[in-house]
Amino acid sequence: MILVLPIILPLLFMVVLIFTRRWLAFQQGFSIFASIMLTFVSFLILIDVQQNGILAIQPGSWDAPYGITLVADLFSAIMMTTTSFVGIIVMIYSPGFIDKERQTAGYYPLVYGLLMGVNGAFITGDLFNLYVWYEVMLTSSFVLIALGGSAEQLRGSIKYVTINFVASIFFVSAIGILYGQVGTLNMADLAAKMRTWDEPMYINSALMLFFIAFSVKSALVPFFFWLPASYHTPPMAITALFAGTLTKVGVYTMFRFYSLFVVFDQQFWTIFILTLAGLTMFIGVLMAASQFDIRKILSFHIISQVGYMIMGLGIFTATGIAGAIFFTVHNMLSKTNTFLAGGLVYQQSGSYDLKYLGGLYKAKPFLALLFFIPAMSLAGIPPLPGFFGKFFLIKGGFEAQQYFITAVAILTGLFTLFSMVKIWNEAYWKKEPEEVKERGKVHPSALIATSLLAAAVILMGIFAGPVIDICLQAGEQIVNPEMYINAVLKR
Amino acid sequence: MESIILQIAARHMRPLLIGLSLIVLYRGHNEPGGGFIGGLMFGAAYILYAMAFGVVKTQKSIFFNPINLTALGLLIALISGLPAIMLGDIFMTGEWYTFFQGTMMELKLGTPLIFDVGVYFAVAGMLMLVMFSIMEE
Amino acid sequence: MLLLLAILVGVLYGAAVYLLLRRNIFKLILGLIFLGHATNMLLFVAGGLTSGRPAFLRGLEGEAIGMSDPLPQALILTAIVIGLGVTAFALTLVYRFYKVTKTVDFDELSENE
Repeated sequence: MILVLPIILPLLFMVVLIFTRRWLAFQQGFSIFASIMLTFVSFLILIDVQQNGILAIQPGSWDAPYGITLVADLFSAIMMTTTSFVGIIVMIYSPGFIDKERQTAGYYPLVYGLLMGVNGAFITGDLFNLYVWYEVMLTSSFVLIALGGSAEQLRGSIKYVTINFVASIFFVSAIGILYGQVGTLNMADLAAKMRTWDEPMYINSALMLFFIAFSVKSALVPFFFWLPASYHTPPMAITALFAGTLTKVGVYTMFRFYSLFVVFDQQFWTIFILTLAGLTMFIGVLMAASQFDIRKILSFHIISQVGYMIMGLGIFTATGIAGAIFFTVHNMLSKTNTFLAGGLVYQQSGSYDLKYLGGLYKAKPFLALLFFIPAMSLAGIPPLPGFFGKFFLIKGGFEAQQYFITAVAILTGLFTLFSMVKIWNEAYWKKEPEEVKERGKVHPSALIATSLLAAAVILMGIFAGPVIDICLQAGEQIVNPEMYINAVLKR
Repeated sequence: MESIILQIAARHMRPLLIGLSLIVLYRGHNEPGGGFIGGLMFGAAYILYAMAFGVVKTQKSIFFNPINLTALGLLIALISGLPAIMLGDIFMTGEWYTFFQGTMMELKLGTPLIFDVGVYFAVAGMLMLVMFSIMEE
Repeated sequence: MLLLLAILVGVLYGAAVYLLLRRNIFKLILGLIFLGHATNMLLFVAGGLTSGRPAFLRGLEGEAIGMSDPLPQALILTAIVIGLGVTAFALTLVYRFYKVTKTVDFDELSENE
């Protein structure tokens, strides 16, 4: 029964926040409380799944292949907990960063709409329902990215809306084709039927459509151009929320689909996914290195990091998947953290452009540390969690004898370090430029949120052992889809 | 644009369309119709009114705010899942009850109808919200 | 009938892609609408065409043979609702864009400041 809560709680919060949208102080307080509650519920699910195995319920009491299933395995529970945690941080950060007009124009309800969609996508076990949750999530993000309506934002959001709508169309077409062939929408039932299917043609074409749809949503090469064109336009808190959650839903779905549905031509899919993963990592990081706007550097980094996650998928051993899951969780935390720290830079000096920045380390060493921790973690410096994620990915790569992609991953790590050091040098270390914009003050709530997140990144590095254990279990569940199928179909 | 014909038509069409939308809403479970279409009709009634009299006058003539209507709809849809929990079933299970059993007036009502009412309000509110924001000059 | 509907889907997709590639932003919205409808038709065709058969009969639940499958229609209805929401939002967005920039030309979208 607890499985419906990650969906109905955000809906309830959203309704409450819509009715109270004029009372700003209440909105700010309530949304922090609500996100903590959501994290608590997700954490309970995580513990439950870890002890009792995969959970599945049938809301509406229609039995498994016919009704909509909600199912949580370790991977989805981990993702849900991390998302809600990122939600807490962003909710604490927002009052200090987003202007009052945006806050009262429906920012808080929309964030809960987004979280409802994300959670729904994580725990649904039905293809069409997955599409619906994607749309809930995307529609909320459409409004969030356009909220405020400056010309720059409108430009970004038209591109964002168009490309995401087209991707959704690919998704629905694939669902249609698959349903016409196999005659079921329940993901477990589909997977079970595909394993005894003798005609791979339609299934492969549907899978390719799915793959295109999700590579648009998770910004893989060659479908990533929308992300840097739109992510830098809204206020930093919104970008941070998007960076921490949206592309990862695409990655999650790709993992789920690969595990359940790829039964034909596995050789081809492995090579295909590994090639795209390598290209994504490398092109993403090269483009990041060539930018001078903090937001754009970080946006291109999202792309590069998605490549690592997909690399774990291509390797498809328990170690590789576990590394990818660990890396994803770490990335949701660190990526959000770097964006939030970038927001602090903006509050301090009124610009995102590296040319106009400088001397921030001298001004406020602690704030510099808040950027330094997640940046070094993303680059993979040892005591921080990014190192363990990459370590397990590379270990998985060697074990699966995929040497080339592993080499690309290591090389990309160097470039990541380079572009992070670039921000560090330009914004924090170099001398203050002559024509500096007026200095601002960092809002305390923004500072608290960023510090909390940086602390979480460090903690994840210290407790990497237990987290890796859970990720390994989750990896086992992904590699053996029979566990998922049996849990849903109650066999 | 001030058109007498449109204004008179809109004034009389509004209650008619709302009544029709309620009929469509009620018959929706087993026959064509339902919350979505009913909601669209309800919204269309007010959009027609807004076309004839302008958005400002329409907003004054309604006692609710479209965005609140949407929220109310979502809340009702959410609540419709709760009776199932109280009766010991899983969330969102359809629970039916027949009123006046055996008489001519036999009336079968259930939680899916409540859900439909929620959809009705949510769609109507959303449609009015979007259309009013576009029509506003 | 199947062939006819298949051609219709193709034509709709073609029109949608053509409109999406135009420079005018309002035509982009039209293209999105066409794309949505093309996909709805695709769902309808792919779900299997049956005519003149009921979806449900009272007392015959469980005997699925000889009945039409109601699920694709339910899917299409959901997709239409979602399409309505997205289209409504896209319209508002483009309208705001027009009001801010006083143009409907796509080239205004590129950032060459």
